[in-house]
Amino acid sequence: MNSQDQENRLPRRRVLQWFAAVATAEGLSIPAAIAQEIKTNPTAVTGYGQDPVMAKTYERGEVWPLTFTDPEKKAAVALAEMLFPKDDLGPAASEVRVADFIDEWVSAPYPRQQGDRKAIIPGLKTLDEECRKHFQKNFADASEEQKKAACDEMAKGNHFFNVFTGIASGAYYSDPKCWKALGYAGNVPIGGPFPGPPEEVLKQAGVEQTVE
Amino acid sequence: MPTIPISKAKSEYDVVIVGSGAGGGQMAYTLTLAGLKCLMLEAGRSYDVAKETPMFQTGKDAPLGGSSTPDKNFGFFDATIDGGWQVPDEPYTQASDKAEEQFMWWRARMMGGRTNHWGRISLRNGPYDFKPYSRDGLGFDWPISYDDLEPYYTKVEKLIGVYGTNEGMENTPDSPKGVLQPPPKGRIGDLMIQKHAKKLGVPVVPIHRAVLTEPQDGKKLAPELHPDNPKAQKIVEKSMSSRAACFWATDCGRGCSIRANYQSTTVHLPPAEATGNLDIIANAHVREVIVGKDGKAKGVLFIDKTTGKEERVKGKAVVLAASSGETVRILLNSASGDGIANSSGLVGKYIMDTVGSDMSGQIPALENLPAHNDDGAGGCHFYSPWWLYKEQKAGKMDFARGYHIEISGTRSMPKGNSPVPTQYFQGLYGTKLKEAARRYYGSFVHVACRGEMIPNEGSFAELDSEVKDKWGIPVMKWHWKWSEHETNMAVHAQKTFSEIFESAGGKGLFDPKQDARKTILKGGQVIHEVGGAIMGADGRKSVCNEWNQTWDIKNLLLCDGSPFASNADKNPTETIMALAWRAADHLIEEARKGNL
Repeated sequence: MNSQDQENRLPRRRVLQWFAAVATAEGLSIPAAIAQEIKTNPTAVTGYGQDPVMAKTYERGEVWPLTFTDPEKKAAVALAEMLFPKDDLGPAASEVRVADFIDEWVSAPYPRQQGDRKAIIPGLKTLDEECRKHFQKNFADASEEQKKAACDEMAKGNHFFNVFTGIASGAYYSDPKCWKALGYAGNVPIGGPFPGPPEEVLKQAGVEQTVE
Repeated sequence: MPTIPISKAKSEYDVVIVGSGAGGGQMAYTLTLAGLKCLMLEAGRSYDVAKETPMFQTGKDAPLGGSSTPDKNFGFFDATIDGGWQVPDEPYTQASDKAEEQFMWWRARMMGGRTNHWGRISLRNGPYDFKPYSRDGLGFDWPISYDDLEPYYTKVEKLIGVYGTNEGMENTPDSPKGVLQPPPKGRIGDLMIQKHAKKLGVPVVPIHRAVLTEPQDGKKLAPELHPDNPKAQKIVEKSMSSRAACFWATDCGRGCSIRANYQSTTVHLPPAEATGNLDIIANAHVREVIVGKDGKAKGVLFIDKTTGKEERVKGKAVVLAASSGETVRILLNSASGDGIANSSGLVGKYIMDTVGSDMSGQIPALENLPAHNDDGAGGCHFYSPWWLYKEQKAGKMDFARGYHIEISGTRSMPKGNSPVPTQYFQGLYGTKLKEAARRYYGSFVHVACRGEMIPNEGSFAELDSEVKDKWGIPVMKWHWKWSEHETNMAVHAQKTFSEIFESAGGKGLFDPKQDARKTILKGGQVIHEVGGAIMGADGRKSVCNEWNQTWDIKNLLLCDGSPFASNADKNPTETIMALAWRAADHLIEEARKGNL
């Protein structure tokens, strides 16, 4: 084992403790700037309401402001990239802007998203703190090996990591560029009768088509 | 739909119709094609299906990937506008603070109401469903039989277009030959459940849904629907010809800009509009039915939400089709809050919803299947009609009445939520995470029990004596109670679901420690609220007669789910339409006799 490896190694127990602490910590709820805005103008930050235009494409941040700080965003981009790297199964998280989706998610004024915010914002902060402690760098600036070490630790059981993975998975696979990686092949018009599952699918699943 | 301001309204109409959904849409269609001048009042805004429907939009296009929020309870792309279980400015209250005694009241304040987003499941009530009291001594009989309504089920199915098959099953009526459109092929999850449920004696067959699987034959259908009415034939044929068959993409809940499925806004209202006999006022929040000194309905008093002003319109007859809860509310608020059509004291009583109890299961044989297009008809393809009539008759069951099982697709478009529950990602990141997503995606099947609720004394709605809505109109206060028939049904469904998944080599995603009785969805959550003004043969024990006329005010008709005397497991919409068409025919006959 060389010194580089030693440096990369995370003291497992301590990391788990720290990350575990994040899971139970009272996180932030509504960001301060927004909270202030709500105080002065209660209607300033609301959801999209019950009559949003549906047949259009929205930019992330179009309906409510994104709230990640620069360090949060960098950490989120880097972590999303570790979860969904570019490989044979599809594009990288950064190519489909997973972190922006997560930013929009945790900035949303709805209860579910505000609940997730309580895990995500302190979690990103702790991730950077841990990495600075052990690698003298923020997570985003750490080496690939160091990032893997941090992810290996979190993957052993960490609330922030689970919540982040869930939102990132929703973000990633919602982008049509990633449908192939998942095996979703719909949203295309077909003329004539519905073809049903192809023969190879029926065969693999061990069933037969029963509608002529 | 084109609308008019109140200033353009005629001084009097033949019929004022409150509500533009399945019941109001059907009334407008039938009455205007017969030449009656109608005014429709809709509490929400108008809605342009062709322009506003998010066809082909993906999770990338929408905030939060299109996942559900308190603003859009069924996701961003759900067709519902200005609606949901909570609507700003229009509160409702609960008599109890216990969750299981509360009712979730869905409203859709928009042209076409709930028909824009509904599941399009179009099932006929069977012969037993009209005479439940006679069969088991519970609830109430309807004053009509299946045979009375059968011709109207057929008319409705011809008009709206329903796919499905005739299976000849008990209390699950076949449609006459040639009426149903061909069913779509089974999807992989459907076929998997069908194969393995069969081993347990649970039949799985094509469901009936209001989606065109092939173009409608207007030339044949229009004359069948409107014999001796060349103008109606021409209009209906044209409307049918302009509808396209399903192209197997974009779930029906978004609405359908090519008009392949039924929604009031694409099927009922365009031909009614084309007659020139229909005016529609939008944003008209009805407060009262105006009743004259002679005891007849004279019109309607409403708030124009665009100005906040009270307005009055006149009609020789009034139809309330505002949804069960809202129709009850209007009746109780009428006569300045004394209520009308309530000599029986039963307005608001016997509100029913559908017994809902769902489960998802994971089936290993569906893992890692080759990618393929599973979108299908934008809703269910297969279901299990209730199959235990004989066991029930033999006294072997601990609940009365039945449920059917609806089976969902397995490979739907990801929209904001992780397409695989995150417990399947435990400990994974990178390529291994993606491989797990690919493996498990499509291996989950969701099944839903939709069962009959028996009307009971503890489920009703009344006016709240204190709370008012934005326009000062008293709101509904809800009371709710499930009986053991319903909770035992939910237990049975959960057990059945587990057995089906296990039979398929999989497992229900269900915590065995959970009390199965508590899997029952809350009252109103299935959005099948019916009753509240039940029909019957005796005016002392019911609010409406068999023609949807209130006993007390014969020119006041209730044409939504409110006259339902029972709520069979069959989804109520097709029965609402069939009853409305029958009531409209009767009203037209009365008008011809000069009785309006």
